[in-house]
Amino acid sequence: MSNILTIRGLKVAAPNGAILVDGIDLDLAPGEVLGLIGESGAGKSTIGLAAMGYGRGGCRIVGGSITIGETSLMDGSRATREKMRGARIAYVAQSAAAAFNPAIRIGEQIVEGALYHAKMTRPEAEAWKLELLKTLQLPNPETFGDRYPHQVSGGQLQRAMVAMAMSCRPHVLVLDEPTTALDVTTQIEVLALLRSLIQRYKTSALYITHDLAVVAQIANRIMVLRHGKLVEEGTAEQVLEAPREDYTRMLVAERQGNLSNAVTDHPIGEVLLDVKAIDAYYGKTAVLENISCQLRRGETLAVVGESGSGKSTLARCIAGLLPTSSGMISFDKNRLERSYKKRSKEELRRIQLVYQLPDVALNPRQTVGEIIGRPMKFYFGMHDVPREKEVARMLDLIGLPQEFATRLPGALSGGQKQRVCIARALAAKPDLIICDEVTSALDPLVAEEILKLLKSLQSELGLSYLFITHDLGVVRRLADRTLVMQRGKIVEQGATAEIFQPPFHPYTEELVISVPELRRDWLDDVLAKRKVAV
Amino acid sequence: MIELILKRVALGILTLLLVSALIFAGTQLLPGDVASAILGQNATPQSLAALRQDLGLDLPAWQRYLTWLQGFATGDLGMSLANRQPVADLLWPRFGNTMALAAYAAIVSVPIAVLLGLAAAVRRGGIFDRGINIVALAFVSLPEYFLGLLLILFLSVQFNLLPSLADTYAGMSFPDWLRATTLPALTLVLVTVAQMMRMTRTAVLSVMDQAYVETAFLKGLRTKRVVLRHALPNAAAPIVNVVAFNIAYLITGVVLVEAIFNYNGLGRFMVDAVAKRDLPLVQAAAMVFGAAYVILNSIADIAAIALNPRLRHPR
Repeated sequence: MSNILTIRGLKVAAPNGAILVDGIDLDLAPGEVLGLIGESGAGKSTIGLAAMGYGRGGCRIVGGSITIGETSLMDGSRATREKMRGARIAYVAQSAAAAFNPAIRIGEQIVEGALYHAKMTRPEAEAWKLELLKTLQLPNPETFGDRYPHQVSGGQLQRAMVAMAMSCRPHVLVLDEPTTALDVTTQIEVLALLRSLIQRYKTSALYITHDLAVVAQIANRIMVLRHGKLVEEGTAEQVLEAPREDYTRMLVAERQGNLSNAVTDHPIGEVLLDVKAIDAYYGKTAVLENISCQLRRGETLAVVGESGSGKSTLARCIAGLLPTSSGMISFDKNRLERSYKKRSKEELRRIQLVYQLPDVALNPRQTVGEIIGRPMKFYFGMHDVPREKEVARMLDLIGLPQEFATRLPGALSGGQKQRVCIARALAAKPDLIICDEVTSALDPLVAEEILKLLKSLQSELGLSYLFITHDLGVVRRLADRTLVMQRGKIVEQGATAEIFQPPFHPYTEELVISVPELRRDWLDDVLAKRKVAV
Repeated sequence: MIELILKRVALGILTLLLVSALIFAGTQLLPGDVASAILGQNATPQSLAALRQDLGLDLPAWQRYLTWLQGFATGDLGMSLANRQPVADLLWPRFGNTMALAAYAAIVSVPIAVLLGLAAAVRRGGIFDRGINIVALAFVSLPEYFLGLLLILFLSVQFNLLPSLADTYAGMSFPDWLRATTLPALTLVLVTVAQMMRMTRTAVLSVMDQAYVETAFLKGLRTKRVVLRHALPNAAAPIVNVVAFNIAYLITGVVLVEAIFNYNGLGRFMVDAVAKRDLPLVQAAAMVFGAAYVILNSIADIAAIALNPRLRHPR
C-alpha cells in the first residue's frame, strides 16, 4: 500500500535561523494514525504544520520533501499548496476557541472549505455538515451551525473544529493537541468521537500530543521527538511497553508514576487556615457556596475539580483578591479581613501565591535578583548587601545557580521561571503558599522536578500548601488531604488516600476514571463504564 | 446590547451638556463686556445699564446659561450682536458649506485610506508597506496650512490647474463647485488619509496574528479571501472608530483650511465672529462643532458595540 503522506529529510528554520526540525522522515499509510510525542520545543506542531506546507510565525521549510498522495508540496507553487490545504490535508488546533472566527456562524465556517475548493455544492456541503455534526454528537445538529463560537461550550467547539477539518473529506488530519485544553471528562468524549470518526471515514491522522496516555488510545504507530530530532519510532505497543531509548523510558515512567499514591509521612501541626462557610459572587452569579475547610501547619490540601468548579476562586478568596460575601476566614486563629486591601502587611506576608503561568507572572524587565529581592525589601526592609546574600541563598534553595540573579526572565526556561516564582513566594517567609495549577503549563518531566522541589521545601521549612490543580496524579503524590469541588460546591473532602480508593463519591469516581492511562484498552474500558454509546 | 447603546447615548448627551457649560463659561471669561463692546466710545453709565438689562446681562450667570441652553435646545440660537440678525440664519448655511467640503474630502479619503491600509497589512514588511508608511508619516508631520500653501503654490500658481480661492455661491453648478473646492478638499484628504491608513493597517495586522486567521490559511483560502472575509470584519470596530474621528476632524478642524482658501464655511465664520466679539455667534458655532464631534464619536462607539458578535448574539 502506498503512502498517503511522505516526508523526507524535513528541515524547518525559525526566523532567526535556528533549526527547529532537523532531518525528519515520516510515512503515513492510508487509514493509519501516527502519534507524534514530545515535550514543548520538540518540533511536533512544526512538523504537523510543515506537512501542510505551512510555517507558523515566519518559520520556513528549508529542506526536504513533502508529498501528499502524488503531489509534491515543496516543488509546487503556492497555488498547489493552497489547493491541498483544507482539501486533502486539514488541521485541528488545540484551542478551538481561538481557531474559530468570532464574527462568523459556526456552520458557515464548517462548510467554507468545501465550497471554496468547489468540492461540493451548497446543499451537498450542508448535508455533509449535518452528518458530521450528528457523528460528532453535537446537540441539535440541525441548528447547531447557526450559533456563534462564543455561544457553545469548549468541548462542543472542539468537536465543531473536527467537523470543520472534515469539511472537504480530507485524506489526512493533523490533530494538534486536540484534547489538551479540555477537562478530563470532556477529553474522553472528544477522544472517543475522534477515534470513531477516523475509523468510520478511514482518514489518516497525525496525532500530536505531549500526553503518552492519550496517544496510546488512538495511535497505531508513535514517533518520539526531542529538540526537533527523532528519538525513536515504532508501533504503539512497542514504544509504550518496551521503549528502546532512555528518553522514552523516562516519559513512560513519569506517566506511570502519575498513578501511585505516594504521600510520605511528615509532621503536621495545629490548624493554620480555617475557612468557615464562605460564599462568593461574581456580580450576581454565585461562584462559591458554603465552603468550609481547614489546613494545618506543614500540611498540603489539594483542591481538585473541573474548570468552572470554583477552585481558583477559593484561592482568590483566601488571598483576599475576591472578597467573600459571607462566612469567615481565619489564619493562625486571627480573623482575616475579606479584602487584601484591609489586611495588615504581616498577614499578607504569611500567605503567598504561585501562579499557573510563570511567563506572565514575572516582570520581563526585572532581573531574577530584583524579583526575588523585592519581597525582602517590602516586608523586611532589607538593605542591598544582606539582600543580595539572601537572594543567593534563595537561588540555592530552589536549585538555580547564583549567577541567575542578574538574568532577565526571558533568558530562562519555563521550569526555571516557575522556580523563580516559588523563590519569590519563599522570600516573604510565608506560612502558607497557594499553588494555583503551578505545574499545568510545564512539560511532564519539568513538572515532576517542580513537585519534588515543593516537597523538599515543605519538609525543610514546614510550609503549608493549598494546592489547586485538575491533575489527579499530582494530588496523589503531594496532598495529605483533598477537597473535591464541582460548580462552586464541595463534593467531598478527606484524607487523599481515602478519597482515591473505593468506595468513591460518584463525581470523584468520574474524575478518577477519566484520567488517561497508558494501557491501550483504557478508553474502551472507560466508555464501557460510563456507558457512553459512541 | 440595547442597554449599552442607551448608556452610550446618555453619556453623549451628558458630554454635550458639559461642553455647553464650558463654552458658556469660556465666553464669560473673555475680557470686556458685551454691552460696552457694542456701545463702544458712546457709552454712558445709563445707556450701558439699559442695554445690559435689555440683553439680560444683569441676571446671574447660571440663569443666563439656562436661558441660553433652553434657546439652543429649541433651535433659537440667539441674535447676532454685530448685525442684529438671528444667529441661526447666519450659521446654518455656512455649516452646510462646511459639511459639503467635509463630505467631499471624506468620500475621497476614507476608501483610499482603508484600501491602502489593507494593502499595507497584507504586504507586511514589504517594499509597498514600508514606502507607504514613510509617505504617510511625512504627510502626518506636515501642518495643514503648510500643505495647503504648497498645493496652492504648485497646482494654482505654477501650473494654474485649480483656483487658489474656494469661492462658492448659491446656485453654483456642481462641476464649478467641485473645481472651486478641490484644493481645500485635497488638503484635507492628504492630512486625514495617513492616520486612517495607518490605523487600518494596525487593526488588520493585529487580527492577522489571531489563530483563526491561521485556520483560514490552513483551509487553503487565498490571502485576499482571508483578509476580506476573516480579518476585516474583526478589525472593523477600530477602523470605524478612526474613520469617525477623522470625519469629526474634517468638520471641526477645518478652521485653518477655510481660512487659507477663504472658503465660506463655519470655521472662517467663527474666526470672523471672534474678531468682532460677536459672542452669540461664537457660542453657537462652538456648540455646533462640539455637537458634531460628540455625535460622531458616539456613533463610532455605538458601531463598535453593534459590531461585537458577543454583544450582538448573547449566549
